[in-house]
Amino acid sequence: MKTVNQRAWFLVLPVLFLVAFNALIPMMTVVNYSVQETFGDNLFFWEGLGWYEQILTSDRFHAALGRQFLFTGLILVIEVPLGIIIALSMPRQGFWVPVCLVLMALPMLIPWNVVGAMWNIFTLPDIGLLGYFLNHTLGINYDMTQDPLAAWITIITMDVWHWTSLVVLLAYAGLVSIPDAYYQAAKIDGASNWAVFRFIQLPKMKNVLTIAILLRFMDSFNIYTEPFVLTGGGPGNSTTLLSIDLVKMALGQFDLGPAAAMSLIYFAITLGVSWLFYTLMTKDDLN
Amino acid sequence: MQKRSIIPIVYILFLMLPIYWLVAMSFKTTNEILSGFSLFPQTFTWENYVTIFTDPTWYWGYINSILYVSINTVISVIVALPAAYAFSRYRFLGDKHLFFWLLTNRMAPAAVFALPFFQLYSAVGLFDTHLAVALAHCLFNIPLAVWILEGFMSGVPKELDETAFVDGYSFPRFFTTIFIPSIKAGVGVAAFFCFMFSWVELLLAKTLTAVAAKPIAATMTKTASSAGYELGLLAAAGTLTIIPGAIVIYFVRNYIAKGFAMGRV
Repeated sequence: MKTVNQRAWFLVLPVLFLVAFNALIPMMTVVNYSVQETFGDNLFFWEGLGWYEQILTSDRFHAALGRQFLFTGLILVIEVPLGIIIALSMPRQGFWVPVCLVLMALPMLIPWNVVGAMWNIFTLPDIGLLGYFLNHTLGINYDMTQDPLAAWITIITMDVWHWTSLVVLLAYAGLVSIPDAYYQAAKIDGASNWAVFRFIQLPKMKNVLTIAILLRFMDSFNIYTEPFVLTGGGPGNSTTLLSIDLVKMALGQFDLGPAAAMSLIYFAITLGVSWLFYTLMTKDDLN
Repeated sequence: MQKRSIIPIVYILFLMLPIYWLVAMSFKTTNEILSGFSLFPQTFTWENYVTIFTDPTWYWGYINSILYVSINTVISVIVALPAAYAFSRYRFLGDKHLFFWLLTNRMAPAAVFALPFFQLYSAVGLFDTHLAVALAHCLFNIPLAVWILEGFMSGVPKELDETAFVDGYSFPRFFTTIFIPSIKAGVGVAAFFCFMFSWVELLLAKTLTAVAAKPIAATMTKTASSAGYELGLLAAAGTLTIIPGAIVIYFVRNYIAKGFAMGRV
């Protein structure tokens, strides 16, 4: 068991100081903006909770929030099962393991705007590999600057390309930690592949999958750079996710008050869903 | 077994296609790119790379990025080590809340924090320095480093600490000469993830820099809009941003899977 030692606080102080400097001061600034109205020239007027009310009742916010939940939902539904399937079919040892891991992790190490630019080049209708293949080889009319459905399929595919490997790496880490004895016992009992998965592999992966789903939820819910570079939120507003809308409001229109209120609501939603999910997933462990 | 390995092979092919296209594009001339579709570069050219390596605004972008990413990785790991030790070995007032609060810093939408960050770092006189970006990236990298290191440290039996203290080691000497070497793999994994998230982040890096510390990825977006549509050059710059990540991941390939397996939650 861990010993109680209040002096351990001293070991945490540097971390606390650095993170608090970066987290609390900007956060207070945002809170400050969110309750005031400004007309420039550093003139501020008390606005109370007006901006919050305006954001929470605005159709624009509801639409962006809906698109955001749709995006994140699709991402989780596709990436988590796909990641598990890939991790299950990977070799457990030998020469090919590091080769697979290095190649799979590669997309995650590319700067996010390069990912957007890369997919832009890849999907250009007449000179991109995918765009050319779809339009000229398969004869499908594909142009994501015109067709909202094509734009959605493209940003989803891009995110699957970018982040499924995270789920694979985590699930794989959970799988390799299962001792061989478990599999031998299952073999003696004549367990089917499905039973091995359901009663041995899945429970053993539960912890790492919790991390994977949490990370994928948080990051896909806050996604900005990649879809912004790829579609710019268009065509129309069809791929304007919450963060893209937020930046439009904050830096495009310079509506600092509403943008600050919106970002705090946004943060609260992310925090709430993450906490709910975390509590549900770890409930069994506590009992 | 043979049939099963088709899935990873297909997946890796899918991952490589857009990367291949970027690399192929970087070896084409602007004329060839705009004149139509070609699967391989017809007139192979190094011109795009020559431009990048001879133009200071381009290559300084790389140097800037590597500088602030390295500073961030060093700071994050150094301050995270003692904190992770505290979390893995002791209970103290508010420890669980503190841990969760650290993790919540990954959840804030970076988009609107950009402006307050700009004001904060201008106020302390660090705007447009490598240190500013390195410190700002600590916001999400330190919690991650603490989390990963804590997992590794919990895997080290407590008897190691006790024996060392009985043998008369002071805490700093024990920590630096015995404990840290015993979790080398964890330090490697934590450093890898700090490097990765600092390298790929652009929004804050772009907001906190103007000229002197501008990251390569920002140079790319500026060039893309100002100099017309130079796809070849853009592709070459993009290709070069993949290389540092590829080198780093090669060194830690054996530890990555392990790093998460040992993590807590």
